[in-house]
Amino acid sequence: MKYIDEYRDPQLARNLLAEIRRKTTRHWTIMEICGGQTHSILRNGIDQLLPDSIELVHGPGCPVCVTPLESIERALLIAAGKEVIFTSFGDMLRVPGSSKDLFMVRSEGGDVRIVFSPLDALQIARDNPQKEVVFFAVGFETTAPANAMAVYQAAREGIENFSVIVSQVMVPPAMHAILSSPENRVQGFLAAGHVCAVMGYAEYEPVAREFHVPIVPTGFEPVDLLAGILKTVELLEEGRAEVVNRYGRVVSREGNRAARDTIKKVFEVTDRQWRGIGLIPGSGLSLKEDYTRFDAEKKFNVAHFYAGESPLCRSGSVLQGIMKPDACPAFAKECTPEHPLGATMVSSEGACAAYYNYHRTAYSL
Amino acid sequence: MTIVPVCPSPIMQHETVQMAHGAGGRLSQTLMQRVFMPHLNNAFLDLLDDQAKLDLPSGRTAFTTDTYVVSPVFFPGGNIGELAVNGTVNDLAVGGARPMYLSAGFVLEEGFSLTELETIVRSMADAARKAGVMIVTGDTKVVGKGQCDKIFINTSGVGIIREGVDLSCRNLQPGDSIILSGTAGDHGMAIMTSREGLSFQSQITSDCAALNGMIAAVLDAVPAIHTMRDPTRGGVAATLNELAVSSGVGIEIYETSIPVKPEVRGACELLGIDPLHVANEGKLVLAVAAEDAERVIDVMRSFDHSRDAVIIGSVVNDHPGMVVMRTAFGSRRIIDLPLGEQLPRIC
Repeated sequence: MKYIDEYRDPQLARNLLAEIRRKTTRHWTIMEICGGQTHSILRNGIDQLLPDSIELVHGPGCPVCVTPLESIERALLIAAGKEVIFTSFGDMLRVPGSSKDLFMVRSEGGDVRIVFSPLDALQIARDNPQKEVVFFAVGFETTAPANAMAVYQAAREGIENFSVIVSQVMVPPAMHAILSSPENRVQGFLAAGHVCAVMGYAEYEPVAREFHVPIVPTGFEPVDLLAGILKTVELLEEGRAEVVNRYGRVVSREGNRAARDTIKKVFEVTDRQWRGIGLIPGSGLSLKEDYTRFDAEKKFNVAHFYAGESPLCRSGSVLQGIMKPDACPAFAKECTPEHPLGATMVSSEGACAAYYNYHRTAYSL
Repeated sequence: MTIVPVCPSPIMQHETVQMAHGAGGRLSQTLMQRVFMPHLNNAFLDLLDDQAKLDLPSGRTAFTTDTYVVSPVFFPGGNIGELAVNGTVNDLAVGGARPMYLSAGFVLEEGFSLTELETIVRSMADAARKAGVMIVTGDTKVVGKGQCDKIFINTSGVGIIREGVDLSCRNLQPGDSIILSGTAGDHGMAIMTSREGLSFQSQITSDCAALNGMIAAVLDAVPAIHTMRDPTRGGVAATLNELAVSSGVGIEIYETSIPVKPEVRGACELLGIDPLHVANEGKLVLAVAAEDAERVIDVMRSFDHSRDAVIIGSVVNDHPGMVVMRTAFGSRRIIDLPLGEQLPRIC
């Protein structure tokens, strides 16, 4: 298949691996930011093929994982409403709040629907003027343009029965938080290719300078990942704290201007809670004043819920690259995809789920 | 002007299913005579008794049942009626049985199109004829609008197990070859891509087919097959996991050997779904001693629906109860059961 097979070519992968081995002279700890990258690494067993001196730690780039518990509680409350059609990306449906998830709300009679785009949710609102249609707008900079566009369109067309629960987060402030932590071990980053496709990579240059780390925008296929790892190793070995793009077929320094403009039109920067991590200043987006009538949390006047996380769940450490999923005492014991204690075990991009699915018995493979 | 008094007689010609069609009265008879009997007639059904009286040949009897609730009812490559016949035929055949007689129970939603119902019934008759089975007894119920989704069909079936075969999910032996009869994931992806809400078009068609002819030919050639399964819901991954657990063995499969149609692969890539987790309705997974594998594949490839048959892996002593894939890069990963729904109601 074009645009896929060439990036899964085993011979290309072997060449890159040989080059990584040749270039590596000491131990390096590299974080891949995005959960999609984590899954591709584990699914293709790239971690098994790398030299032992290259350690990959898994980053916070899983939108479902970092969506705070109170947002989920509010979503559950809104979705149970009789007049509501609640729409969401499929992943969010299984994320547990303190006592239930959206699937359970659906089984109790809530109209909860999976959509593949927020614009599909908007269409549902057009088609059902007598209902309130709510979209759960979670995600990083990747989902922000389409989510912003849905709100922008709703405003332009006067679709007043549409609203969104906004839980948008951004990568650079999270990198800042990780690098500022006294426990930090990360020496270089694979930046998330699709985030950079929207935002460009110029915004990573100050981070690279301030913390003296190389940052390499990287794709998701095995050959992309290996090329990104190789470039990061080269920069580390040469002591160069630079941003070098290794996802050139998708990413430019400036990113997608139209998408960025759409985000700016609708959203403004705000402080945001990250599930398992805590408050990261300036790390989120919220609706600008002109669009607050599309804020579902205000529209439905949902009270704030603060439910305690399971004391067993260590997803915060996992999301910051401090702990590997299988080092958690609850991993594959109290915590499994069927009975997740934290969101990292739920999402298809969650590091714990990736370890569980592909790696559970890595030691015996 | 004179008005001629007319006695208002009830409407008997309907375009859609009415509650009265299931009430056992005149409309029920109309439904039988107009929609079911013209297509399904045979010596058993024509008697209109409450039961079929069967003379079964000697041997062990296989008996199975399955209920079909697929949405949409008509999908690229088939419809719910064909699926209901082929699915039950396959469930008998993979046990080494010659499928013979089927029952068919219908739950119809008030307001469902009678023309569509007739199309479904005609497909069932065609599928039964092709598979060499007879639908010998049946039942119809009608439920109110919204109480089911258009049409649900239950089929049960009996067949006679051939002498000298012993097919069981507990029979896998280390060293066995695992054979897949063709491309993975066609049916499930045909359903998913034809659903409302997924706004891309595809050419993917369901693989819905009766496998009993091919299975009989395989067993004629190699009676010592260890196990056969049709990998429906949960896909090839679920079937292999069940076999590994039941037999207490490990299964290793090779990523580069698993046949997947390019369009199915493309749709799976877009949706983030593993084709191994996607349902099939006309495929066979089979385990056989390695020395017999090539002979089995030769027979399979002589049938159109299994011309892509290939060895996808083998049974191993390591990691009992677990399926592990050797990737194109030489690394290994676990192939687990899919968790929960991919998307609802695919069969």
